[in-house]
Amino acid sequence: MKLITSKMAILAVVFSAAGPLLADESAPIPVRNCTWCHGPSAQGFSTAPRLAGQRDQYIENQLLSFRSHIRDNPYSKQYMWPAVTNLSPQTAHDLATYLSLLPPKAAGDGNRELAAVGRMIYELGSPESNIASCLVCHGPNAEGVREIPRLGGLAYSYLKSRLEQWGEGFHAAAGPMPRIASKLSPNDIEALASYLSFVEYESFE
Amino acid sequence: MKVISLRLALQAAVLALVFSAAGRADEIGAAAFSKSELQAKLEYCKTCHGLSGQGYRGYFPMPRLAGQQPKYLENQLRAFIERRRTNPVMFNVAHALSPSMVAALAAHFRELDPNPIGGAPKEYLALGKTIFEEGLPEANVPACSACHGPEAKGRDEIPRLAGQLFPYTVKVLMNWGKERGLGSAKDTSAIMVPTTHNLTQLQIDAIAAYVSRLK
Repeated sequence: MKLITSKMAILAVVFSAAGPLLADESAPIPVRNCTWCHGPSAQGFSTAPRLAGQRDQYIENQLLSFRSHIRDNPYSKQYMWPAVTNLSPQTAHDLATYLSLLPPKAAGDGNRELAAVGRMIYELGSPESNIASCLVCHGPNAEGVREIPRLGGLAYSYLKSRLEQWGEGFHAAAGPMPRIASKLSPNDIEALASYLSFVEYESFE
Repeated sequence: MKVISLRLALQAAVLALVFSAAGRADEIGAAAFSKSELQAKLEYCKTCHGLSGQGYRGYFPMPRLAGQQPKYLENQLRAFIERRRTNPVMFNVAHALSPSMVAALAAHFRELDPNPIGGAPKEYLALGKTIFEEGLPEANVPACSACHGPEAKGRDEIPRLAGQLFPYTVKVLMNWGKERGLGSAKDTSAIMVPTTHNLTQLQIDAIAAYVSRLK
C-alpha cells in the first residue's frame, strides 16, 4: 500500500512535470516519448532495453551520459542523443525514479542450452583467462545496485550487442566495462546474454 | 647422546631436503610466467580492485590492495584455497595463481599509493580515532594500533587498514568467525574473533570510517 502511494506520488510528479511542457508545443513530452521505443509499460523491445525495475541512479546517469555524448553506441547516438536534449536534470531524476518502480518481467529470449555456461561465467568469471566475475558488481541475482545496472531479465539481443560494443570501443569512458568485456569471446557473450535473459526479478522489492 | 645427535642429523638432513626442494620449486615458479602474463594478471586484479588498487564499490565492496602488506596478501590468497577464508569468487581466483605470481602481484600492489576513495560517514571520526589508538578497556577491546601500527600500515601478516573501503571494513568486523579464521586454530585471523565481538555497530562504523580516511 505504501509502495503504491509513493508510486502514485511519483507518477503525479512526472505527469505534472510533463504538464507545463505540454503547453509549450516545441518541447517534448518526456514519458510518451520513452514509450515509443521502450514500450508502454517500459518493458523494452529487443533493441531498446527494458527500463522497468532498472536502478534509478543508473537510469539517471545514462540520461546524463547521452546528453554529454559519453555513451556513444550506434542506437544511443541515433535515438537517445536527440531524445534527451531538452530533458532537464530534475525531469531526468523524476523519470529515473518512476521507471525504477515499475514492475519488470524477464525477457527469457536467450538460448536455454547456453544458460548454465553463462551462469558459471557470471558467478565466477574465468580466472585462467583473466575474466572477472560479474556477480561481485552486479549482484547475486543480477539485480544491480546504485549506479550499477540490473542485468537480470534484459533482452538477449540488447545484452549481446552491449557486450560486443564494449569490446569494439563504444562507451569507452564508462570504466571498468570496456576492459572487462574485451576479454570475452563471442561464445562467452552468447552464454552470458542467454543466462541473464532468463534471470527473474526474484529480489525485486 | 648418540641418539640425540643422530636425531639432530636426521632433522638437519630433512631440513636440507625441504629447503633444496623449495628452492627448486621457486626457480621453476620464477620462470613460469612472462612479463605480459604478469601484466594481464595485474589488469585482471585491477578490474575489481581498481586501476590503482584503490578498491571499488560494486554490489560487494572490493578491498583496497594498494600499499597492502605482501605477507598479508600471500596469506589471504592461501587462506581462500585452504578454505580458512570463505569466498567462492576469490577461491577460484587464488587457484589460478602460482606462488611466484602471487609474490610478484603482492610486490606490485605494495608500491601503489593512491588516495583513499572516501565515502565514509563523518559523524564518528573522533570515536573511531579513540578506539583505534586506545581501545575500549572497559569492553575488553584492545587498541587497533597495537597490532596494525600507529598509522594503520600493518606489518607482515597483519593487514594495512589505512585507506580501506568503509563498507569493506564494516563487513569484515561484523563477520569474524563466519568468513575468516576458519578451519585451523593457527590462523592469525582467529585472534580477531574475541577482539571484535564486544564492538557495537556504532563503534564498528566509527573505526571503519576513521581508518578509511588514513593515507
